[in-house]
Amino acid sequence: MAFNYDKYLRLEKMPTLWCWGCGDGVILKSFIRAVDKLGISQDDMCVVSGIGCSGRFSSYVDFNTVHTTHGRTVAYATGIKLANPDKHVVCVAGDGDALAIGGNHTIHGCRRNIDITFIVINNFIYGLTNSQTSPTTPQGMWTVTQKAGNIDPTFDACELAIASGASFVGRETVNSPKKMEKLIIQAIEHKGFSFVELNSNCHINLGRKNKMASAMANLDWIDDITVSKRKYDAMTEEEQLNLLPLGILKQDTVVREYCDMYQDIIDAHQGKRGKVTQDDFVKKI
Amino acid sequence: MATREVISTGNELSAMAGVDAGCTFFGGYPLTPSSEVMHVISDLLPKVGGACIQMEDEIGAICAVIGAGMAGSRTMTGTSGPGMSLKAENLGLAQMAEVPLVCVNVMRGGPSTGLPTRVSQGDIKQSSNPSHGDYRSITLCAGNLAECYTETVRAFNLADRFMQPVIVLLDETIGHMHGKADIPTVEDIKAGIVPRKKFDGPADEYFPYECGPTEPATLNPMFEGYRYHFTGLHHDRRGFPTEEIETCRKLIQRLEDKVMAHQDEIELNEEFMCDDLTGEDGEVLIIAYGSVSLAAKEAIRHLRADGIKAGLFRPITIWPSPAQRIAELTGKIKNVLCVELNIRQFTEEVERASSRLDIEGLYKVNGRAISPNEIVSKVKEVF
Repeated sequence: MAFNYDKYLRLEKMPTLWCWGCGDGVILKSFIRAVDKLGISQDDMCVVSGIGCSGRFSSYVDFNTVHTTHGRTVAYATGIKLANPDKHVVCVAGDGDALAIGGNHTIHGCRRNIDITFIVINNFIYGLTNSQTSPTTPQGMWTVTQKAGNIDPTFDACELAIASGASFVGRETVNSPKKMEKLIIQAIEHKGFSFVELNSNCHINLGRKNKMASAMANLDWIDDITVSKRKYDAMTEEEQLNLLPLGILKQDTVVREYCDMYQDIIDAHQGKRGKVTQDDFVKKI
Repeated sequence: MATREVISTGNELSAMAGVDAGCTFFGGYPLTPSSEVMHVISDLLPKVGGACIQMEDEIGAICAVIGAGMAGSRTMTGTSGPGMSLKAENLGLAQMAEVPLVCVNVMRGGPSTGLPTRVSQGDIKQSSNPSHGDYRSITLCAGNLAECYTETVRAFNLADRFMQPVIVLLDETIGHMHGKADIPTVEDIKAGIVPRKKFDGPADEYFPYECGPTEPATLNPMFEGYRYHFTGLHHDRRGFPTEEIETCRKLIQRLEDKVMAHQDEIELNEEFMCDDLTGEDGEVLIIAYGSVSLAAKEAIRHLRADGIKAGLFRPITIWPSPAQRIAELTGKIKNVLCVELNIRQFTEEVERASSRLDIEGLYKVNGRAISPNEIVSKVKEVF
């Protein structure tokens, strides 16, 4: 029997505001299937989104939901999680949201390793606001603010998350809904900051002016620029240059989670243990 | 009400008040001269099982606080002018989504980086509308050490009553003042806590933003079976984005009216030696607030010793302003002097409330306090 999404959707909000053929809907469905497989109660989860097409994600799903200001999802989620460490907190943001205006919160969310699942929907463009350059827009592509071609170097979002200290980092694309579902399950199950980049298509506002005006053409391009981590690792640096690896790129189950560490602070102040010292940490600097 | 004597600073008293008033979450960023609020509360909160987090910036701090507040906690942040400027956008979201929180602003010299370690009252106007758009701020201003405690407590109760941020203004002088204060007992504070309203009917009959035209939203805590939506967009009775004309109009009108229709619950003033001001020529009404009011009281004692009848009107609730009471007093007394550590920021409100353009002013913006002697000299010079 086909999976019934109704339980998790705010049906009165359907249809979504997303364009026909947009990958965000595929991500929405993958997320719902993941939560269902995990058996998490809708009351025990909070979904936080920012501004942009991805920002509407939170209003479509029937959880405790928050639509924040531009770029601040992780900061809002940090407050929600630290005040409610036993609940599930998921952030959904776009590439502009997470990497441009919200870059600082992304870095520090990763660094703290607080148990938040951060889904970054990367469509390589500011889609909602009509094709402005994003930190992931490939160099040389047309944007409405760089009509002669984008010269701004790009971020590799996952590399940023790894370097910033996220304990779980993975990437998948809307071409593989089952793999996205599995990655989201693993990310939510992971205790710590889980950074999940999901590459999505925006054939309307990225593709139209960059020779991939249909959803299929845009999806083919995503397919062309991505490769499994296994294959990626076997490549030379030259072969890797214009490819993004897919799958789990980092998972550290040893490093401690922030709320868990904060409990030590509570215990220390309540006289249940001594102060936290450098001896409590393997990595000291 | 029973009191206890403590020796402390304004910033520390504000932090203590937060925890006594039931605050369980503080998000902050170091910002002179307010940092001691976070220094103190970072010790106090874990003791009661709460949490204090130093975020990566001022924006992150207010966002974490709003997040924890949305989830149901009593929350607080502390900052100074540059931090208020950075927090402005998200304070706007808290106004729009009706999320209660307390924001302590220990004022320093501005604009910009200004005079980080010196006193000012330059954020009076900013605190009336820190963010863009229409809404009604509630801003309280402590005028002595004890009020750093009592006004912070009052701010928590007002935030939950009206479901919005409440700003507590200290200034650097009050924040760093160290001395004796008589403050209410913890038991009395706890007995006076009025938590935010909760809906306890069936979830499918819960409409968080459906309320009377002068009432705040009823926002249940997260994770208790009442799933709804927070947004900074115009929203309907369940919190979902809408552009429906009447819904949008009613929402913004309500953000104004929920405060202005209940000003009697918010307004608090002190009138010092005003009882015998009968309106005769030669009598002086001084209007001052915050640390300046301490100098003004001393000045009034000197003036009275010199045979000049003077009194002080001190707004403790700055916004919404006590316009009605200002109109009554300034309608009776000819000579009015506003004393502020800024240039005319509250004087303009006094002019508006009194419909008078002959209000005298003594202003100082060099980061130094105003002395009683300066006020005495000014009174003798202009009246």
